[in-house]
Order: sequence, then structure tokens, then C-alpha cells
Amino acid sequence: MGFAIEEKEAQVHGNIFIIKDRCKECGFCIEFCPEGVLRKSEKFNSKGYHPPELVETETKKCIACGFCSMICPDFAIFVEKEENEGKD
Amino acid sequence: MKGRINFWNGDIAAAEGAIYAGCNFFAGYPITPASDIAEHLALRMPQEDGVFVQMEDELASMAAILGASWGGAKAMTATSGPGFSLMQENIGLGAITETPCVVVDVQRAGPSTGMPTLVGQGDIMQARWGSHGDYETIAISPSSPQESFDLIVRAFNLSEKYRVPVIFLMDECVAHMSERVVVPPKEGMPIVERLLPDGPPDKYLPFKPVNDIAPMATAGMGYKVHVTGLTHNERGYPDTTSTETQEWLVKRICDKIRNNEKKIRDIEEYEMEDAEIAVVSFGITARSAKAAVKTARKKGQRVGLIRLKTIWPFPSSYFEKVSEDIKKFMVAEINYGQIKFEVERSVHGKAEVELLPKFGGAVHKPEEIYKKIKGVKNGV
Amino acid sequence: MEYEAEYHPMDKYLRADRIPHIWCPGCGLGIVLDSFLHAIDELGIGMDDLAVVSGIGCTGRIAGYVDCDSYHTTHGRAIPFATGLKLANPKMKVVVISGDGDLFAIGGNHLIHAARRNIDITVIGVNNYNYGMTGGQQGPTTPLGAKTTTSPYGNIEHPFNLCHVAHASGAVYVARWTVLHAVRLKNSIKEALEKNGFSFVEVIAACPTTYGRRNKMPTGLDEMRYYREHSTVRHGIDPSQADIEIGKDIVVGKFIDIEKPTYSDAFEELRKRAKE
Repeated sequence: MGFAIEEKEAQVHGNIFIIKDRCKECGFCIEFCPEGVLRKSEKFNSKGYHPPELVETETKKCIACGFCSMICPDFAIFVEKEENEGKD
Repeated sequence: MKGRINFWNGDIAAAEGAIYAGCNFFAGYPITPASDIAEHLALRMPQEDGVFVQMEDELASMAAILGASWGGAKAMTATSGPGFSLMQENIGLGAITETPCVVVDVQRAGPSTGMPTLVGQGDIMQARWGSHGDYETIAISPSSPQESFDLIVRAFNLSEKYRVPVIFLMDECVAHMSERVVVPPKEGMPIVERLLPDGPPDKYLPFKPVNDIAPMATAGMGYKVHVTGLTHNERGYPDTTSTETQEWLVKRICDKIRNNEKKIRDIEEYEMEDAEIAVVSFGITARSAKAAVKTARKKGQRVGLIRLKTIWPFPSSYFEKVSEDIKKFMVAEINYGQIKFEVERSVHGKAEVELLPKFGGAVHKPEEIYKKIKGVKNGV
Repeated sequence: MEYEAEYHPMDKYLRADRIPHIWCPGCGLGIVLDSFLHAIDELGIGMDDLAVVSGIGCTGRIAGYVDCDSYHTTHGRAIPFATGLKLANPKMKVVVISGDGDLFAIGGNHLIHAARRNIDITVIGVNNYNYGMTGGQQGPTTPLGAKTTTSPYGNIEHPFNLCHVAHASGAVYVARWTVLHAVRLKNSIKEALEKNGFSFVEVIAACPTTYGRRNKMPTGLDEMRYYREHSTVRHGIDPSQADIEIGKDIVVGKFIDIEKPTYSDAFEELRKRAKE
């Protein structure tokens, strides 16, 4: 932690919020996420659609660009910037 | 315009009457014999801080006055038969969205392009049934330039009160004849404004009636109303698969007029007290009819005149009542039978109904009508 | 981290009790709505001062979802309705959001005249190449050769270039984006809203259910991928150079941005003269 890895320090990350019953499984958020951290989940919503789920790895994390939110036609997903831990 | 006494034709009088009533928005398209109204208002509206805009066609004109009304204005357009036909779809929109506005139709001989410069009275049924589906309009018919002034004020008042497009059914003769028109002083005639909501926006239901009529929140008042031509509920939201909502909506927009027919009705009776024969007429024709009735009375016939100043809602119950004493109705109109059918319908066979038609392009001469009255045998 | 939520930050601008909306999965209209609301949000336009007017069609339904004074009018007549509304109530921000057929076929005459007059409204014209609501018939923007229900052998009519029509009619701001360019679309909408006069933003939107499906792009994703591969940004070009053809890139960008006195400016001046 601390100042060891500078790049990770400067990188903003995000939390994804999904309103699953609004999702219509169009696939746009998954396709156009620049980090590729979304994929179709196995779960169903009440209409029978598969909402997306977040799949982060060591190297790939949500960078809170918000594009999934801009490109979702159904107001079913949005992002909030993560509170930056360990900045001090 | 300065001075209380003027020498105006019906078109000018109607335009000035509209201004008197508070009309502050006119959108129209040139068409004989209504262009004079547009031309006069092009001059006058800017002077009265109103808006005049010549639109690209009559469809646009009708759409624009609906938009202006929802912007809070008292709006009007003026046209004749061919343009009136083009306006019908948006009149339907005005009916279902309950938008106050006045549509002047200066009737000329039709159908289609017809006789552009000559009189007709053939748009009667269209004023009631022109658009598709079930709805009601109010239609008013003046017989003189003075009435073109006075009754257009009434037209605006009724449209604001009942939240409905009101058709001002002039005819080319009344529109183009010039007579003395007295303009009352500012508070001389009552002016009605639309009912506004007064509660908080989150409790407001835009199409929920308060005594038959829903208070109307126009754009920018903070009520954020959704207005649609789709079948809608009290909230204004589309509800296109519920037969209950459809029934509620259709009944409401029709009943608010039908149930108030007696209040809206405006009929002039002349020599009807002991009449056995009644001439029924409106617009320019009623003036010839009145002269004919006068002559017939001098010759001892018991005949009277029923002059319709409101055409729609048709005063059926009035005719039903009057048919207890009247043995024959003679309907004089410049068409091949339109009001005649309404009279027939209303009297349920209790009296004879005869049509005295002119077909367009000319007005009945009083002698023509008198001849027909004279020809009615006693005890018929 | 992933969380479940019940409300979206943009719900404050929506009639949230009517969400989910009626549009198909993969339809671009939700993106148009979202970009529009972000534009309103970023400009700080009060919802009490905004009026949205629409016509008939899938795009026309946008009016029913925005929580402001909104008017869902008859087919083709949104623009004259908006003209009346704006002239009667100049303090309102009046935006027309409607589809390619509504604005340019039945409504074509009204569009060119409102542009000619330079009425101070913003028109967002969503172009999905067909009449979607009624099942996918050809429209004035259907590309040459495309299949629709009323052109089963391939469309033989040349389509309009909507930006060209708007520009030729006198629009002071003309831009085109696809729904993939959601952020740039939002920025153009912001500019159009701030512009005095008749501003026009064309948005190419996916319509997989009725257009895409018949033209080798059965899902919204197929259409969006097509926009990703086949859009070229060319700001400032003459719109007449930006025709849309199958096989050619879709040219997007801000094409026209000029100054001209509006109808209202001229009418105000006329009023002063009339009263002299």
C-alpha cells in the first residue's frame, strides 16, 4: 500500500449499481465497457432477462468511466466513484 | 381601434371581438373568405402584445393554436371549408386533450374547392362530426357583424369554461357585409378565464374534473403535465388497453357538453308565441327568413322564426318541446339538408319537417321563403 | 464492487413510475433519452421551464417519460405545436423529440418552415431508417436497397439526408451522431439547447426489432457494432456531403453552427414598430 505502486494510487475505481429488473439484456454495457469487467450473469430478472454482473480481476477493475451508464438504454446501471482508500 | 361605433364587416368584427375577449395568439393560413381575419390580426396583434404568425398550412395552424393554448394563451385560427377539412385531425386532438381554442370557419360553397368567393352553409355537420371518434364541440353562428363581435366573445368564454375547441361558424355573407358594430367598454361584457389548479403539483391530476371540468395547468406553471392524444387516465398517462379508461374518457369529454346543453344553448325566438309553423334558420339565411316571417304574419299566418345562434350542441330537447305546438318546421339553409336532419331527429315524427335549400353561391330571398310559407295549407 | 439498486440518479428527471419503458431490448431510444437528460442536468435547465413536444412513433413516446410539461401530439405536427407553444410562452425551453417519419415525411413541410423562420426550438430527430412503431415500413430515410415491410424487394427510393434538409431550410445548428456516441451526442444536445434559433440534432438509433432484423443486424448490439466500425467524425463539413448509404461510413459530427436573428427577435422588433 502507501506509495509503493504509483499507477494504482492515481487510478480511480468505481462501484457498479444494477437495477436488475429494468435490464433488457441488450448487451451494450458488456460490449462497450472499456475495461471489459462486465459479463452476462446466469441469474434471471423478473422478466426473464440476464442482467450483467461485475467481474473484476487483479489487473482489470472498473475505472468509473460511466460509459455503461451512458450507453444503457434502460436506466438499469450506474457507477459511483469509489472512495479512494489509503490515499494518505 | 378608436371609437365605440364602427362600420365593420363580419370578418373584422370577429377579429376585433377576439381581441376584446382576450385572444392573444393567432395562427392561420390565407383562404377566401377568411383571409381578412388573418390580415386584420397581422396588423392588430402586435399592437395588442399578441402573436400573429402565418403558418405553412391549416394543419400547422391548428397545431400551433393548440400549442399556444397549452402555453397559456387564448388562441384562434380562421379558415373556410377546405382548410377546415385539413384541421379536423387536430380538432380531435384538441377535443381529447381538452384544449380551449376558437376555430373560425367562414363557410363558402363546397364541397372541395367549390365557390371560393361565395356563401355556403354546408359545414354544419362537419363542425360536429369532422374528426374521427366520439367527442363534442360547441358551434356558434352569428347573423350580423355585430353578432360576429358579440358571439365570438361568447365563443372564447365557452371554450375556456368547457375546455373545448369552439367552432365559430360564420358564412361568407355575414363575413363580407359591413354594418354598424358597437364595441362595448372594457368591462362591458363578461370575459371567462380557464379554471387553474391551486393545489400542490404532486397532488394535481390534470384530467380529473372539478364540477365537470378539470382545472388546466399550462406550460411553465410548475405542474409538469403530460398531455397526449392517446386515451389517457386522470394523470394524463396513456392507458391504451383499458376499456374502463376509454369509457370514462369518452363519456367525460362528451357529457361535459351534452349535460350542459341547456346552458350553452342560445336561440332567438321571433313571433313564436302562438305559431303553428316555424321557420328554422341561422347565419345570413335567418335574416331573409325573418323578413319572410314578418310578411307572413302581416298576412295572418301563425308563423314564427327559430334562429339558432348555437348550432352544436344541437338543442334537441328544445325542438322536442316546441314540436308539441308546431305542426311544421321549415328549415332554410344554404346546403342540401344538414340542420334539417337534426330537426327531424329531434321532433320524433311529431311534426312535418321541410327543407328550403339553397345550394351555395346565393342567399335565400325573403320572397322565396315567404312563398313557401304561404303555400302551407292551414291545419297541416 | 457490485450493488443492487432500486433507483437511478436520472430518475429525478423521469416519470419513474413508468420505467421500465416500452422500447425493445437493444433500442437506441433509451440512450437518446439518457443523453438528453444528462444535457438538461449539466446545463441546469429547471424541469419547470422545459417543455418537450413529440409526435407519433416510438420516438414520440419519449415525451411520456420526461418529468416536465410534455405534449404527445398528432403525427407530424409536433413542430407547429411547439411553434405555438414557444411563441405564446417564450420563457419555456421548447424541445421537439420525434422520429424520422414524423419529422420528415408527414411533418416535413412543418420542419422546413420552422427552420426557415428560425423559430427558437431544438429538434432532436431520431433516425432509425424505418417506421418502427407500425412494424417496420419504409420511410424517408430508409437507405437505398434496404429491406422493409413495404419494400420487400429492397427500397428503390433515395433517402433524405436529414442534416442537409435542415441546413438547406435554414437551421442554425446541425449535428449528427449515432447512439453509440452517447457522450458527444449529449454535448451536441447541450450546444443545440443553448443555441438561439432552430437547432437540429440527428441521432442514428438502433432499431433491431423492425429494421435491423430485416437488414442483417438482428440485435441492437449488431447495429451498435456497425456504428463502431462504420462511423467517421467530420466536423464542419457541408451536410450535403454526408449522405447515408449502405456500404459507406456514416458521417457524424457538428456540421453547422451559425448565428441568425430568430423569429422571436424579429417579432419583438416588429411589435415595437407596430405600436409607434
